[in-house]
Amino acid sequence: MKLTGAQAFLKCLEEHGVEVIFGYPGGALIDVYDELMKNDKIHHVLTRHEQAAVHAADAYGRIKGEVGVALVTSGPGATNAVTGIASAYLDSIPLIVFTGQVPTKLIGNDAFQEVDIVGITRPITKHNYLVKDADELVPIIREAFHLAKTGRPGPILIDMPKDVLTTRITYPELKPISMRTYKPTYEPHPGQVEKACQAMLKAKRPVIYAGGGVILSDSNEGLTELARRLNIPVTMTLMGLGGFPGTDPLSMGMLGMHGTYFANMAVANCDLLIAVGARFDDRVTGRIDAFAPHAEIIHIDIDPSSISKNVRVDIPIVADCKNALGAINAWFARSTEFNAKECMEKNRPWHEQIREWQNMHPLGYVEETDIIKPQFVIQKLHELTGGDAIITTEVGQHQMWTAQFYHFNKPRQFATSGGLGVMGYGFPAAIGAQMAAPDKIVIDIAGDGSIQMNIQELATCRQEKLPVKVAILNNGYLGMVRQWQELFYNKQYSSTVMEVAPDFVKVAEAYGAVGLRATKPSEVEPVIREALKINNTVFMDFVIAREEGVYPMVPAGKATTEMLLV
Amino acid sequence: MKHTISVLLQNKPGVLSRVTGLFSGRGFNIESLSVAQTLEQDVSCLTLVTSGEDTIIEQITKQLHKLIDVIKVTDMCEHDNVEREMALIRVKAEAHTRAEVLRIIDIFRGKVIDVGPKSYVVEVTGKASKLQAVIDILRPIGIQEIVRSGTIAMTRSHKL
Repeated sequence: MKLTGAQAFLKCLEEHGVEVIFGYPGGALIDVYDELMKNDKIHHVLTRHEQAAVHAADAYGRIKGEVGVALVTSGPGATNAVTGIASAYLDSIPLIVFTGQVPTKLIGNDAFQEVDIVGITRPITKHNYLVKDADELVPIIREAFHLAKTGRPGPILIDMPKDVLTTRITYPELKPISMRTYKPTYEPHPGQVEKACQAMLKAKRPVIYAGGGVILSDSNEGLTELARRLNIPVTMTLMGLGGFPGTDPLSMGMLGMHGTYFANMAVANCDLLIAVGARFDDRVTGRIDAFAPHAEIIHIDIDPSSISKNVRVDIPIVADCKNALGAINAWFARSTEFNAKECMEKNRPWHEQIREWQNMHPLGYVEETDIIKPQFVIQKLHELTGGDAIITTEVGQHQMWTAQFYHFNKPRQFATSGGLGVMGYGFPAAIGAQMAAPDKIVIDIAGDGSIQMNIQELATCRQEKLPVKVAILNNGYLGMVRQWQELFYNKQYSSTVMEVAPDFVKVAEAYGAVGLRATKPSEVEPVIREALKINNTVFMDFVIAREEGVYPMVPAGKATTEMLLV
Repeated sequence: MKHTISVLLQNKPGVLSRVTGLFSGRGFNIESLSVAQTLEQDVSCLTLVTSGEDTIIEQITKQLHKLIDVIKVTDMCEHDNVEREMALIRVKAEAHTRAEVLRIIDIFRGKVIDVGPKSYVVEVTGKASKLQAVIDILRPIGIQEIVRSGTIAMTRSHKL
């Protein structure tokens, strides 16, 4: 039986187990939307902006551990999706974005709503395709799913001209995918594993530095096993949070620009740094020559180009983190050289030193009785959700406070735009997360600036009846930039004062959602309790200490030991 | 240091711009570039000359490898290889200089491939340094136009 391109497209999504897609229609996609109406297996979530569709698909994929799918039309639909694609690219999130395109015959003619989206997204996708022949559509989609989730994951874009979607084709049989040019290395080299284990055996001041790769490869258990067996303290990047239990005594929390004092001191003084699925980002390393200067460095990563990109690595292991950690754990399990007691003893002074640093400058803030401190709100959110909510964030101060004070114990519990740093990510991401986990509490922790970047998604929440909660830490500033201006630009608050802001309670109500407000510390807990009880979308407007800063802070370009403290 | 890098690619639309986009996006530089089909119809060979410290060259090689359409990347500097460039030179050739031009071209094993009343177009191949030498010598006679190809390279055959 012959199918149209549009029918084949949906059938191919079904073949890959896709149940939910996020999108926005348009002229070039009208044939797909016509078919979608008749389809009862795939649920389409109509966002109110294409950027939101891509962020929602990104978070849906993160929380579910699957490939998220977004569908947007040609021209402006496609360009609106660009920010979402770039964010997924920098965070290595498996995602497929389908774009409509003008008919093949019109390509290159500057037709209405035509844009060369394949050209535009070439540097921000793992790979992208323009489907020129309807018979290629299904094989390309299959290849895209394979590429998106294997190796170092990433977003794939498929541009589908209108005539491809109307052409009748024979649906091709499923064949195993073999790509001549793409064979990621999953298994670690045994010689490198041996070297790494020997280094761990010798180390007196080891530190594990875990990144987003731990979450993406589901290797949190292997990581936890290694850290506990060898008694190695663990610090995580923003993307790695939840890869190791945040409340474990071995956890030092996040490192880097807004990392904990003791995590940064430990990295600066360690003799062995074990980087797992992390990429030595500038927000983590600070001044590069002062980063882990005394350490031998082991780097486990599936992407060879991540190795020795920013920091020279002594023992590279190119492999899937899960397999590499599995091999390392197996080595220690059968090793006769390893003795758990001796290892404890050998590391004891190191742990004492770290504890001393922690006690010297613990993560904290000055509590006040009449004004709400943002950190207090996050602590309360943590407490009242039992640390079990799915949290998304926008980008800015609230994002760093969340990373510091919501101690994530599980992977796939946290979605944030780490690499690109997209304000406007969190709210649509919460929609994606709630679609992925309907029974979980999902909270977007936002700022009053960033929530306004995609506030229109209130309509999506209402249409899908999603009980997403949004905690707005409202200081009337673009707080992170304001903090930089305070510290490094003579308090010239150029364009960071939000002089006009909406009444967030009323905005929520206008959409049929619920708005709550807290202006005093005593109101924080009741507001959160009430919000959690309401089976509707809720905006919680927390009016917080206006000029609270995020500390510790490593000024840009400084060594991570040169932290500004509270 | 200069490196000649040879890249085997799937011969598909847009592949070249993936490579050049990677260079411009990551701030690597391309000094010359040459692409054409290989023995296999669906495979192209791209040869490019770039320069940078070893760490940069390592990144370039790895990043090229990461492109889905790239089949193989070879840094020719790690191998014994032969490299060639070609130049087409339009040089003034009037009655009193014609013989001189021919002599010079002959010394460099070049060829005259087009003859006009007042000029020749000559073809010279060789390493970049040789082409530069021809150009330097012909310049006083009067070069009107030069077109140079990018470098192409091949590893030497195994010795017996």
